[in-house]
Amino acid sequence: MSVDIATIKRVATLSRIHVEDAALPALAAEINAILGWIEQLREVDTTGVEPMAGGGVVSPGAPAGATALRWRADAVTDGAQAEAVLANAPDREGAYLGVPKVVE
Amino acid sequence: MRPTDLTLAQARVALAARELSARELTQAYLDAIATLNPRLNAYITVTAEAALAAADASDSRLAAGTAGPLEGIPLGIKDLFCTAGTRTTAGSRILGDFVPPYESTITAQLLRDGAVFLGKLNLDEFAMGSSNATSAFGPVENPWSRANDPNTRLVPGGSSGGSAAAVAARMALGATATDTGGSIRQPAAFCGVAGIKPTYGRCSRFGVVAFASSLDQAGPIARDVMDCAILLRSMSGFDPKDSTSVDIAVPDFAAAVGRGVKGMRIGIPREYRMEGMPAEIEALWQQGIAWMRDAGATIVDVSLPHTKYALPTYYIVAPAEASSNLARYDGVRFGARVAGGDLTELYERTRAAGFGAEVQRRIMIGTYVLSAGYYDAYYLKAQQVRALIKRDFDRAWEVCDALLTPATPSAAFGLDEKQDDPVAMYLNDVFTVTANLAGLPGMAVPAGLDGQGLPLGLQIVGKPFDEEGVFAVAGAVERAAGFAAMPGVRA
Repeated sequence: MSVDIATIKRVATLSRIHVEDAALPALAAEINAILGWIEQLREVDTTGVEPMAGGGVVSPGAPAGATALRWRADAVTDGAQAEAVLANAPDREGAYLGVPKVVE
Repeated sequence: MRPTDLTLAQARVALAARELSARELTQAYLDAIATLNPRLNAYITVTAEAALAAADASDSRLAAGTAGPLEGIPLGIKDLFCTAGTRTTAGSRILGDFVPPYESTITAQLLRDGAVFLGKLNLDEFAMGSSNATSAFGPVENPWSRANDPNTRLVPGGSSGGSAAAVAARMALGATATDTGGSIRQPAAFCGVAGIKPTYGRCSRFGVVAFASSLDQAGPIARDVMDCAILLRSMSGFDPKDSTSVDIAVPDFAAAVGRGVKGMRIGIPREYRMEGMPAEIEALWQQGIAWMRDAGATIVDVSLPHTKYALPTYYIVAPAEASSNLARYDGVRFGARVAGGDLTELYERTRAAGFGAEVQRRIMIGTYVLSAGYYDAYYLKAQQVRALIKRDFDRAWEVCDALLTPATPSAAFGLDEKQDDPVAMYLNDVFTVTANLAGLPGMAVPAGLDGQGLPLGLQIVGKPFDEEGVFAVAGAVERAAGFAAMPGVRA
């Protein structure tokens, strides 16, 4: 399936990336070339194949059906790090991140 | 013999015997960086003063008899690993001034073991690339060049191009690297050095800037197989801060390097014989097979039927995960900001200015394949094909213990070649990407030179958590190959 200019514009918006209108045709051509190449997956019969999410490696000795991810206790393990969190903030006001006015 | 001539294993012996001080060794590498980095651009940031102070501390511990396993060893750190108090850019403008307040688990473990950090190594932006050309801090040059065309500057591969070039040119005794589709193995092969991507879950990814979380795995690049084994041991281990870290004992990988392959069954995947593959790569592969047979291994023909679908699968899964992971760079909490009228415009302007073209392209592809109406056709389909690729390997392990393949489909190419066609660039990872999709350990070892005198590598892929098997085969390949060539540009 080929992607048109309007779709590329919508994907750019969803991606929160500003793309100048003049740059859209070239971007669409590039993305279409990649998607066209990806299309070959359609020829693979995947009927009844369980999709593989995650890295797929399970700890040796884990019980049957275990996933790769461990559970952890739902507990506070960290906090009170405002200065470290804000150390790289482009804008701050006191102990808060600064952003343009959102609510009128 | 100059200090930079020593391998990591040799340097450990010299340091322990007090034949060489950590300060002398570190200074030798800093001198090499000062001389060579203006040309090769392997380092984004050099931390010379901190390195010398760390070397002095190492000398004190060596004198006191409290030295760690990497005491005084000068390493370069891929600039994707957070280093507390030292700028960590991920090769991107958007993190150009980012100074992490915390240390990645892997670098913390290397420091715990006594390593000295020389600085932060260049890479493709957010580790997305196969030539190091997408870095916001400029391309890295490969220290090797073609015999009949010495003026054409070659790429070091990517994304760990700075790591591989620095080790090859002796601007670091070893380096950290990461591998999402081949980013340790392909640059190692292009630069004539060794590199291993361990099993998914072997090394903690805490504090490593995320690209594609189900594929990313860290590992070392070093001068030879033994040096990789020594570094990997320090880098490995369970970390509760990474939910994908696996709680499993870390073996003494170095002990496996000399084990040999007698009695091992080494699989040769027939689908890796690609159409249009250079004859020199095929010849090297056949040579590798002969070496393994001579060393006492049984050679087994195996089939991995879904190999040709691995790259298109990767180019759905990796961008999808990247589009999610990179959503955090929004100009609000950290990183660069471009002011806009409202918050949405701030996001869009910040990300347009902060990300390079390849990163933007991948975020948009990822957003597209995850968007309503396309999710099943692309993302779900890719996850299913990924399951089939993993199943191919599971079946192969029923008849063999490790696989031997070429590392790359070509030798290093020119800085101006292949750069304008994304799909042609993606094909660099054709032999390496399958190990990421299946979570398996894979290692590149330099094994020969092409007709232009450029290094070519062989790849060994192993069973989950059988890095020892990988090191055993890699050690045997290394001994048989006797690879001793060196790049023209080096300390």
